[in-house]
Amino acid sequence: MTFLDLIWLIPLFPLAGAAIMLFLGRKLDPQQPSAVALAPGVGPAPGMHGLGHAGHSHAGPGKKLISLLCPGTVLLSLIFSIGAVAELARLPEKTHQLILYTWIAGLPFQTATGSLARFSADWGFLLDPLSAVMILVVTGVGFLIHVYSIGYMGHEGGYYRFFGYMNLFVFFMLMLVLANNYALLFVGWEGVGLCSYLLIGFYFHKKSASDAANKAFIVNRIGDAGFILGMLMMFHVFGTVRFADVNRALAGPGYAPEASWGVLSVMALLLFVGATGKSAQFPLYVWLPDAMEGPTPVSALIHAATMVTAGVYMVARSNALFSLAPATSDIVAVIGAFTAILAASIALVQNDIKRVLAYSTVSQLGYMFLACGVGAYWVAIFHLYTHAFFKALLFLGAGSVIHALGGEQDMRRMGGLKEKLPTTYWTMLAGSLAIAGIPGLAGFFSKDEILWQVYSSPQGSTALFVVGLITAGMTAFYMFRLMFLTFHGKPRMDAHTLAHAHESPPVMTVPLAVLAAGSVLAGWIGVPKLWTAFPDAFRSFEHWLEPVMLRAAAHGADAGHHDAATEWLLMGLSVAVALGGIWVARVFYLRRPELPERLAQSAPGLYNTLLNKWYVDEVYGAVFVDGLAKGGGTALSEFDARVVDGGVNGTGWLARFTSQLSIWWDTWIVDGAVRLVSFAVKVVSYPVRLLQTGYVQAYALIFVLGVLVIFGYYWMR
Amino acid sequence: MLHPITTVHYLLLSAALLLVGTIGVLTRRNVVIILMSIELILNAVNINLIAFSRYFGDVTGQIFAIFVIAVAVAEAAVGLGILIALFRNKETVWADEIELLKW
Amino acid sequence: MLDTFFFYAFALLTLGGGILTVTRRNAVHSAMWLIVSLAGAAGLYLLQGAEFLFAVQIVLYVGGIMVLFLFVIMLVNLDEAAKMRQFNKQWWVALACVSGVGALVAYFLRQGAGAFRLARPPQGAPILEGNTERIADVLFSEYLLPFEIASVLLLVAIVGSVLMAKRKV
Repeated sequence: MTFLDLIWLIPLFPLAGAAIMLFLGRKLDPQQPSAVALAPGVGPAPGMHGLGHAGHSHAGPGKKLISLLCPGTVLLSLIFSIGAVAELARLPEKTHQLILYTWIAGLPFQTATGSLARFSADWGFLLDPLSAVMILVVTGVGFLIHVYSIGYMGHEGGYYRFFGYMNLFVFFMLMLVLANNYALLFVGWEGVGLCSYLLIGFYFHKKSASDAANKAFIVNRIGDAGFILGMLMMFHVFGTVRFADVNRALAGPGYAPEASWGVLSVMALLLFVGATGKSAQFPLYVWLPDAMEGPTPVSALIHAATMVTAGVYMVARSNALFSLAPATSDIVAVIGAFTAILAASIALVQNDIKRVLAYSTVSQLGYMFLACGVGAYWVAIFHLYTHAFFKALLFLGAGSVIHALGGEQDMRRMGGLKEKLPTTYWTMLAGSLAIAGIPGLAGFFSKDEILWQVYSSPQGSTALFVVGLITAGMTAFYMFRLMFLTFHGKPRMDAHTLAHAHESPPVMTVPLAVLAAGSVLAGWIGVPKLWTAFPDAFRSFEHWLEPVMLRAAAHGADAGHHDAATEWLLMGLSVAVALGGIWVARVFYLRRPELPERLAQSAPGLYNTLLNKWYVDEVYGAVFVDGLAKGGGTALSEFDARVVDGGVNGTGWLARFTSQLSIWWDTWIVDGAVRLVSFAVKVVSYPVRLLQTGYVQAYALIFVLGVLVIFGYYWMR
Repeated sequence: MLHPITTVHYLLLSAALLLVGTIGVLTRRNVVIILMSIELILNAVNINLIAFSRYFGDVTGQIFAIFVIAVAVAEAAVGLGILIALFRNKETVWADEIELLKW
Repeated sequence: MLDTFFFYAFALLTLGGGILTVTRRNAVHSAMWLIVSLAGAAGLYLLQGAEFLFAVQIVLYVGGIMVLFLFVIMLVNLDEAAKMRQFNKQWWVALACVSGVGALVAYFLRQGAGAFRLARPPQGAPILEGNTERIADVLFSEYLLPFEIASVLLLVAIVGSVLMAKRKV
């Protein structure tokens, strides 16, 4: 038996772990009711330090078993993944498809081309270079984060629940990347969404956490609707959703890059809508910063390294489709660039250490989509892979800091922790240098390659390049702002907290060190072509992914027309920008700490706009939440009762309505045009409100009305 | 005097029973009777299935009727369980005093 | 001819029982009429050569579900409820809609009646013979998986309703 035939086992290990945890965990790790109430995250829980130190000595045998079992399952997956990838590398074809059985064997239907197809999907696995990279990232980084969680979550309630969800997440994520068709990919896609929801809301007794979980889930729904539509459209056009068959169809003679909006462009756009939801791109990125309500290892694993990159993976997986849809690719690139700079600008002024990293993640994901949009899919995956290392590292480091300070997340109350937390400091420094793009570290290779591709690719443009460059500068600035505020300068926390600040146990620092090594070294398999001193072995990443990106390579690989001088210049420019960002951060936060304050005061409008995240949440809240759902509702509850009661009170209602109308009119006059919008929405929501009585029988009546209408239609015809 | 009984007779009867059940679901305030009305609807479906099973000489329709009955049993058990929980919490069996389906 | 008579008799039981079920004020009376209606439907099954379903209908519905209903009615004490308004405010809308649907269904059935002209029960229909055996054959071969799933569904329903009705979880 070879590992390749056992790839179906890879996701199964974490599933088994999750099943054991979620069904038996309560027996293994009995909870005192108070343990849940004490869970930190509610605020710096008093006495948490004592617990933190003593957590492991308290651990019962059940808890030890959990600590062994759950990371163990992921380790098994990692071993099997490495084995399978090693065997894959020896195959001449470099793809291995394993179809276990037909999952949906559905009805025959006619496709757009008129041929007959079956609506079917396999329960099948596909291991090719792209999914190989993904499973290694998911299981490798996932394993490290699991180990870290043993220390981080050790003294919190719901230990088994946490690990159960984490294992379930790894299972779904592996299903997502190992699926051999879009339908099965969607199973993983929804599954990781569910786990994300469960883990964001891990501290469910905390209102903001459960709100954030709901927000993530609902915002993702919008994207998923796009994904489903794209998938159904694919069924309709190609009659299949298996990656291999879709790619074969697209490689056929019938398809050429579409000059304007055609079927393929719309399909690609719908899939991309799905990606914007899952990968937190504008306009659906708003859930990711709020997702930081979850425990920090969750932020590291789900909301930085793996799940949020699912959209990038899916777009890269569909590269044959996207490269035939230039109009959509342009949108992808523009959205990516816009998200990158928008999120980076917000990250400049945030004070919560995890939120800075969250916006940084959004921004880096924007880079990946930018690369996808200009046709450089392998670079997007390369950045995904390096980003997984340094962003997971940064989150875990931030977790270590928060752990040391007893739950404190505000950088304004940190500082001077360099001596207290040496390991955390040095590893995070490596991560920050990597993300800032200092030559020799992982982030440099991938980010520089993205910028170069954006500049040189036929689908790229100088404007996008400039946006990317500015973002790179911002990235360096906010990362070092974070580093300086957290680790340098004078301690700004109270004496008690400072006295108790301590380096994390080895179970947490060892993963940090491993990830730091990764952040330094991971980039050396994608050295720029320009560095001719290095043999091709240092550029193996691109060649590795070549079999997957065939069509894309044919369309977008002629990036070599620019001369070496330009490339050197641009590389120097991006390094200079990064160094400039670090220097500015140093001036602002080390040399002259009063400067940022003064700057904020001299441009309060801009500062507040950034601090309030460009008011995007407020606008969404006003338009979609208040406008559609609540706004019309409250004012119209009377209206509702009146309609139900019949026409008796009609006159009175009319008077009331007119007077309310005049009140609204007044407010509109006073408050200006913003009110007009919400007023319009309120008017539109009348009928909705009217229908939503809350009585189950009223809803049932609407079913019957629907039946009546349909029958009536056939009767009239 | 009377026409011989055809499948259409069964279909008409089934339709009528379904409508009676629907009226019950839509208009009665008592949740218990709403559940009973749902049983009526499911029975109307069964009559339909069996009439067609007879018409096509195929036993599959009866198999489906068995499944419908199984689902009806499950539905009744869970529905009544919900009813008891509801009665305990809200002290009411009137469907129009329960307006939780709003949020 | 005897078939015709029995059909109308059972139809009357089914439909009349149904109407009385949804109109009775007292929930216990409703339950009784529901039994009548279900028994009528069982008779129709017999008439259509589905003896097995006839038995299932009697045992399960009339025996099982009705006991459950009566039990619940006793449990939640509906005596008070019988004195109050029985129909909700939307009854007239609902009645109008359902009559509309009914009229249209009747119209369609009338239009389509020609398609079923041959639908008299075939003389000595094969389905009549060994009905239970045939159902068992099909159920335990072709529909084995759905059958097992149905058993799981029932288990889930049992656990769910017990959990729901328990005072404290």
